Amino acid sequence: MAMTMTEKILARGAGLDSVTPGQLIKCRLDLVLANDITGPPAIQEFAKIGRPVFDPAKIALVPDHFTPNKDIKSAEMAKAVREFAARHGIVNYFEVGRMGIEHVLLPEVGLVAPGEIIIGADSHTCTYGALGAFATGVGSTDLAAAMATGETWFKVPSGIKVNLRGKPPRWVGGKDIILTLIGMIGVDGARYQSLEFAGEGVAALTMADRLTIANMAIEAGGKNGIFPVDEVTLKYLEGRVERPFTVVTADDDAVYEREIEIDLSALTPVVALPHLPENVKAVNTLPEITIDQVVIGSCTNGRIEDLAQAAEVFAHGGVHPRVRAIIIPGTQQVYLEAMQRGYIETFIKAGAVVSTPTCGPCLGGYMGILAAGERAVSTTNRNFRGRMGHVDSEVYLAGPAVAAASAICGRIASPEEVLA
Amino acid sequence: MILEGKVWRYGDNIDTDVIIPARYLNTSDPQELAAHCMEDIDASFAANVRQGDIMVAGKNFGCGSSREHAPIAIQASGIACIIADSFARIFYRNAINIGLPIIELGKDAERIGSGDSVRVDLQAGIISNKTSGEEFKIQPLPGFIRDIAQAGGLINYVRGGKA
Ligand code: SF4
Repeated sequence: MAMTMTEKILARGAGLDSVTPGQLIKCRLDLVLANDITGPPAIQEFAKIGRPVFDPAKIALVPDHFTPNKDIKSAEMAKAVREFAARHGIVNYFEVGRMGIEHVLLPEVGLVAPGEIIIGADSHTCTYGALGAFATGVGSTDLAAAMATGETWFKVPSGIKVNLRGKPPRWVGGKDIILTLIGMIGVDGARYQSLEFAGEGVAALTMADRLTIANMAIEAGGKNGIFPVDEVTLKYLEGRVERPFTVVTADDDAVYEREIEIDLSALTPVVALPHLPENVKAVNTLPEITIDQVVIGSCTNGRIEDLAQAAEVFAHGGVHPRVRAIIIPGTQQVYLEAMQRGYIETFIKAGAVVSTPTCGPCLGGYMGILAAGERAVSTTNRNFRGRMGHVDSEVYLAGPAVAAASAICGRIASPEEVLA
Repeated sequence: MILEGKVWRYGDNIDTDVIIPARYLNTSDPQELAAHCMEDIDASFAANVRQGDIMVAGKNFGCGSSREHAPIAIQASGIACIIADSFARIFYRNAINIGLPIIELGKDAERIGSGDSVRVDLQAGIISNKTSGEEFKIQPLPGFIRDIAQAGGLINYVRGGKA
């Protein structure tokens, strides 16, 4: 029977010849992930089960949300995760100093490979679909059970096929593509569904673009987002993944519930206005919107390619005197590379601050909290009410080039305005 | 199981950042979380919700972050069950997993208003809106999702050797 990429991966994981949308299945898991917020409740629930971990090499624990610890309570949570990791011999525990934002880090260190099935107690676990894996977010109790059993249940999602064609113009990146799609289908447009990207346009996207796009499948309500495996993917995996993996391809006659066409060459830089990621507008159609803060980083746009774009823009101007700009490399490796390439110097000379990897401001955790009435342009993925601070603050989501241009102009601006 | 209570009504796309803001996520203590539940959109909720009350909402309830702290905060606040037009999928799983009854009612959820008095018969699969006199049928949970719910949550289910 013809199957989508997601269906094929799930069928293999469940040990079945085929699966169909709506079917409830149990799958073995290749990796399970938790962080310093979702880990502690999972650890508590895990203790109630009274079994050892299913495989200490297939659990990843990344304290990234409130670390380096922002206060005593968060220090206790990080400690609980650290002690659990030591007690159970968890191989992939990442301490501060080697830690990065989980969804930037795990692909970077080779913990994700095509065809694998991954759950994480973090909604943006869907990021790993960029590498042709099935990956989705769950809660702490699901994670606790998975740490004990090495499996979980899924309802097989129906698929939405997103056909990409053309090449994106300069200054249009993964963020603009996924925001455009969410603007088209809405924040529940892919609810319980799989977003499968396809078409010749995929070849024009860097791995960073794909990771950004898959990352925000959840902002359309999707269970997962997934890309076909091509030369770009295989090149990325070189030197990262040594273990054998299976490249799964969708059947030509696979059945999708819906098909969407996007001509990449027709896109322009966009922002999502408060307070939903679906409120998407082209930057060049906006009235003057003055801003107080810019954040460049997160699991959505904290990769070296993102910082490269930002550095290119900041080379043409400094941060506006009214604006605070915060730049957060996604991992230590990204930080190091940005330093070697001179980006960090560019940022600091432009008047931005550069932080150690952390989720920090993305979830309104710490380091860059907004006061009442303040506005931020952020390369993160959520602009819900109160997400980055006071309930009366506003978050505008954008890609790194727009964010950098906005920091320079003191209002939402496109990179062309700065580089013109 | 029969649940009966007063309705707290919210709209579409209620996200988990609103249910429990991240600034309170440096704890997972249910009572501490409950004290801040919904505060960014309804400052009166935490102080006035009664044990056994029912939460009703529109589409895509619980979207956003996977934080299980969200259904935990709602459960600890005393809410006995959530009825919505539809739920975001991670929230749905989390609620089932912690043993919080959750009902996807579709468009009919619109017909239940703030302050209505509602009775939910989970065995018979019937919701009665005693304020309006209307009745709605609940779709039964499928396969092992029902088994998890009946076990009182995923941990009990797994301990029972079912997974
Ligand atoms: S960067 Fe933001 S969205 Fe990504 S994992 Fe951290 S808090 Fe979540």
